[in-house]
Amino acid sequence: MEWYSIDTWIVVIAALAAGACALLGNFLVLRKMSMMGDAISHAVLPGLAIAFIVTGARASLSMFIGAAIAGVLTAVFTQWISRFGKVDEGASMGIVFTTLFALGLLLIVQGADHVDLDPSCVLYGAIELTPLDVVWRPTLFGLSIEVPRTALVLAGVTLFNAVFVVAFFKELRISSFDAELATTMGIDSKLMHYLLMTLVAVTTVACFESVGSIIVIAMLIVPAATAHLLTDRLWLMVVLSVLIAIGSAALGHMSALTVPAWFGFADTSTSGMMAVMAGLIFSTVMLFAPKYGVLQRFVKRTQAVK
Amino acid sequence: MQIEETAIACKSPPLTIRDLTVAYHRKPVIWDIDLSIPEGKLVSIVGPNGAGKSTLIKACLDLIPRTSGEINIYGQSYKKMRNRVGYVPQRETVDWDFPVSALDVVAMGTYGKLGWFRRVSKRSKALSMEALERVGLADYAHRQISQLSGGQQQRTFLARALVQDADIYFMDEPFAAVDAATERAIVELLKELQKRGKTVLVVHHDLATVPQYFDWTVLLNMRVVAAGPTDEVFTQENLRRTYGGKLTLLTQAANEVVQSR
Repeated sequence: MEWYSIDTWIVVIAALAAGACALLGNFLVLRKMSMMGDAISHAVLPGLAIAFIVTGARASLSMFIGAAIAGVLTAVFTQWISRFGKVDEGASMGIVFTTLFALGLLLIVQGADHVDLDPSCVLYGAIELTPLDVVWRPTLFGLSIEVPRTALVLAGVTLFNAVFVVAFFKELRISSFDAELATTMGIDSKLMHYLLMTLVAVTTVACFESVGSIIVIAMLIVPAATAHLLTDRLWLMVVLSVLIAIGSAALGHMSALTVPAWFGFADTSTSGMMAVMAGLIFSTVMLFAPKYGVLQRFVKRTQAVK
Repeated sequence: MQIEETAIACKSPPLTIRDLTVAYHRKPVIWDIDLSIPEGKLVSIVGPNGAGKSTLIKACLDLIPRTSGEINIYGQSYKKMRNRVGYVPQRETVDWDFPVSALDVVAMGTYGKLGWFRRVSKRSKALSMEALERVGLADYAHRQISQLSGGQQQRTFLARALVQDADIYFMDEPFAAVDAATERAIVELLKELQKRGKTVLVVHHDLATVPQYFDWTVLLNMRVVAAGPTDEVFTQENLRRTYGGKLTLLTQAANEVVQSR
């Protein structure tokens, strides 16, 4: 395996994206809203497209705002349709995000066709190219480091999410566990819900162009679900989920470089491999987790029978 | 002093409800409720399934919008009085696989008074531990909550209500599917709360124990059929009016009740 500084940056960027998603993912998983991440990550597309058409530029800020609005609207519409249309919440979510996603695709194809907002780039990302866009060259210990723009943006988003989770830890915990009690105490669960949805939308957009939506969805759900099998403590679950996300990113890139060669192929998509790694880690944990693993529970049950 | 306290109590009872109607999808669930609960009573809310018992509680807690009417807690709006209100939701409403310990759950009772951004302090942890001791669960404090029995889970919820340190409590079926030990523990706790001058409203299903546990009763079936001291309102006639046609079973229950006095 040949390792260049570009590989280090790919791993750093992927790890930042994965960590940002995993932080929020814990609360999606615990609120039984895992698929909301999926829905929002698709539904932000029209927000991106409209922001792009209105401003005519791929300026990050307007894109963020457009996406955040679209993301929150997804959550709001989902609530409305399930409440007023008497439709099951899952179905209502499916209706909202497919419609918004399709609308976004149409807008991009029709309105923004002549410019470089590429639907496939939104879906798969282009992490292999992101390290080339260097915006900052600090010197550290005599080494000159070339920091890509994406790394800075994602570091900002990750830091913001981390601050959010730490600052609102108590509020997130109670509103995720017992939304009604929280609301009666003046910790408005709906407000927490929409704050979380907004952050998911913004995070999704920040991660799109680098790692693509496949890995965003995977990292919102898989590390958190894995961590839940490993601990009974919420804060530890959050920490573990971030570590698992970073681990998947690093292992994913290394495997993308090495594994295909074993079968005589050239290297493969890093994003794809990262999501696969997250899935593998989950399966391993599901089987071998010390307390909630399938094997452990099997052993316990057979012992109980004896 | 005595006179002053009485005066305050007269001015603003813990709960007054005027002309309350709540509707889902334009169908009224509870209708035209007028109610005034005096201070320091253990109040059961009794009625058939779908009578709107939980709806009534949730309307009092400002959790669901009211179609019309007014609810006052100690003479003021819920928002102003929320720190004096405690709530014990139905046990099935939460996910017991959530990664928290019994102690964590109890400590949630202190969140309301802590306010935003503030960490859970050592003091609130100590308070929570005390409350767990009072419901007999000190040894289970650090267990993940799915490893508690149903009765222990319910007692965890009650301990959480204790640390809320409220003046009026709303409890949604705390006696549902609990073991005898838990039932006794809950009754003891209710009496103790009453001794400390708290007002407690409990949605209750077991008609046979109503006169034994509660000194005040609200019979509800969309409207308030009767409300007042249990001795006066918990009669066969009122029960029949509350439960309507489905009464064979209830006649028996009511007979039992009358006999048990």
